Amino acid sequence: MNYRAIRAIYLFEMARTWRTLLQSIVSPVVSTSLYFVVFGAAIGSRITEVEGVSYGTFIVPGLVMLSVLTQSIANASFGIYFPKFVGTIYEILSAPISYLEIVIGYVGAAATKSIILGLIILATAALFVPLHIHHPWWMLTFLVLTAVTFSLFGFIIGIWADGFEKLQMIPMLVVTPLTFLGGSFYSVNMLPSGWRTITLLNPVVYLISGFRWSFYEIADVSVGLSLGMTLGFLAICMALVWWIFRTGYRLKN
Amino acid sequence: MRSYLPVPTRPTPRPGRSAASTRHIPFQTAMLAMPPIISVSNLSKTYGSGFKALNNVNLDIKRGEIFALLGPNGAGKTTLISIICGIANLSEGSVTVGGHDIVRDYRAARSLIGLVPQELHTDSFETVWATVSFSRGLFGKPKNPAHIEKILKDLSLWDKKDSKIITLSGGMKRRVMIAKALSHEPQILFLDEPTAGVDVELRKGMWEVVRTLQASGVTIILTTHYIEEAEEMADRIGVINKGEIILVEDKAGLMQKLGKKELKVHLQGRIDAIPASLATYNLELSDDGHAVIYDYDTKGDRTGITSLLNDLRNAGIRISDLDTRQSSLEDIFVSLVRQV
Repeated sequence: MNYRAIRAIYLFEMARTWRTLLQSIVSPVVSTSLYFVVFGAAIGSRITEVEGVSYGTFIVPGLVMLSVLTQSIANASFGIYFPKFVGTIYEILSAPISYLEIVIGYVGAAATKSIILGLIILATAALFVPLHIHHPWWMLTFLVLTAVTFSLFGFIIGIWADGFEKLQMIPMLVVTPLTFLGGSFYSVNMLPSGWRTITLLNPVVYLISGFRWSFYEIADVSVGLSLGMTLGFLAICMALVWWIFRTGYRLKN
Repeated sequence: MRSYLPVPTRPTPRPGRSAASTRHIPFQTAMLAMPPIISVSNLSKTYGSGFKALNNVNLDIKRGEIFALLGPNGAGKTTLISIICGIANLSEGSVTVGGHDIVRDYRAARSLIGLVPQELHTDSFETVWATVSFSRGLFGKPKNPAHIEKILKDLSLWDKKDSKIITLSGGMKRRVMIAKALSHEPQILFLDEPTAGVDVELRKGMWEVVRTLQASGVTIILTTHYIEEAEEMADRIGVINKGEIILVEDKAGLMQKLGKKELKVHLQGRIDAIPASLATYNLELSDDGHAVIYDYDTKGDRTGITSLLNDLRNAGIRISDLDTRQSSLEDIFVSLVRQV
């Protein structure tokens, strides 16, 4: 293992975070606070309780997941797309490092950023509503697994994209709708049964459900299923990344 | 430019000699006798579009030499470098670097190589120091601020070490890229069109850097379509055209082998035409009628100069001056590429 190379890529990417602190950390925190104001205060005053917890408290895990998902994808896709765009990727490709090391560096940094962000949003949420986390270790496990999985997914998008439009397309048109429809702001059990079945096709439902269970022990689907789906998605992303590097897809001629 | 620090495993050049004169000191002669540092065998590259960029290329680079790969745009120079450095996949054949196969043993092979690509690819918002240190880490070397400082000073970048790259001029960015390539102490340096778009003064400075690097034991492969550059710098020259290496030769040998000379005889008066008695010499009259030009082959047993001068005198033509000119590498190159 070329640990120094992993470290170099990781620190390079983290340095980019600190350099763009406003964009990376402050803006997601501001937008999450806005969600609290709009959903928590405005709608929460009408829906008092969901499955035994107040509405404001209920939406916290979903909001954290919303940010972690979108930020993981944004960070990782941009992290690998940008060197491709400006041409500095030549150095990564010509360095004595394996594909695994490249992925650990980029995906590790993107995941770290979104985990930090998720925790900051949690802390922000604690200012608005009382929070109690029943299973902190499971909470962290779901957070880390989701951050890593979606950073891998972002990495794939960043390699696939050959323009800024494509870079934005999947997060905007696929991930954001799936997250909003995945039970961030409501319990799937609140839906009519037909919609409920359709919603269960949405992978994000399982992530949010498992994450919410670690907080309040309430879940739309069983925790085992949530964990299984998360790991399954992780495995699919890993297989895709392995294929990308094996074939040099969009990286090497 | 100050002398470049020697690679630790190599003997230091003797002090007191200029960089250029260190080319023929014994240790380099010994290095040239060693097995080639890069060996390209039957290498072909076909792109997805079906375009064959390289066709059965065979090439050995000797340890410690400056090798110039010369060819017109689109000849396959950059493709060849990209494959050796790991940026492009090869279609057929094999390449070893320092005895390591570039595919099977890519870590060992790539550790030996520093690459300065043709385009100025830089991280605009990084500082010079950070980007050069990043490169060293990427190649798995432990931190060594003293080494980075030395490189930056040698490349006259020290006072810019904390500047963001975006604020630098084109010539400085080029030097930053060289610094990045040298940060991990490579034994081989690839310079792809190092002086494209660089002014004359900076180009001379770049050549100086290359020579001092060679003196410290680094093997240098440069691609160029400036003939002047190859002529000035290289020990050996390879000519590539349409994906095929059409010639590899010592520069001196190449010049001698294909070299023609031109004798220009300046006349005291003006003549309107070449006298009939001199028809056999195939002379050319200059536009102003004040000189005649005679082409001859330096390899020939008889150059014909003596008899030409005699016959000029017999024809009553008085001579004011003579000068000769060796045909340049450019003339050789143009004739080679045209033949293919």
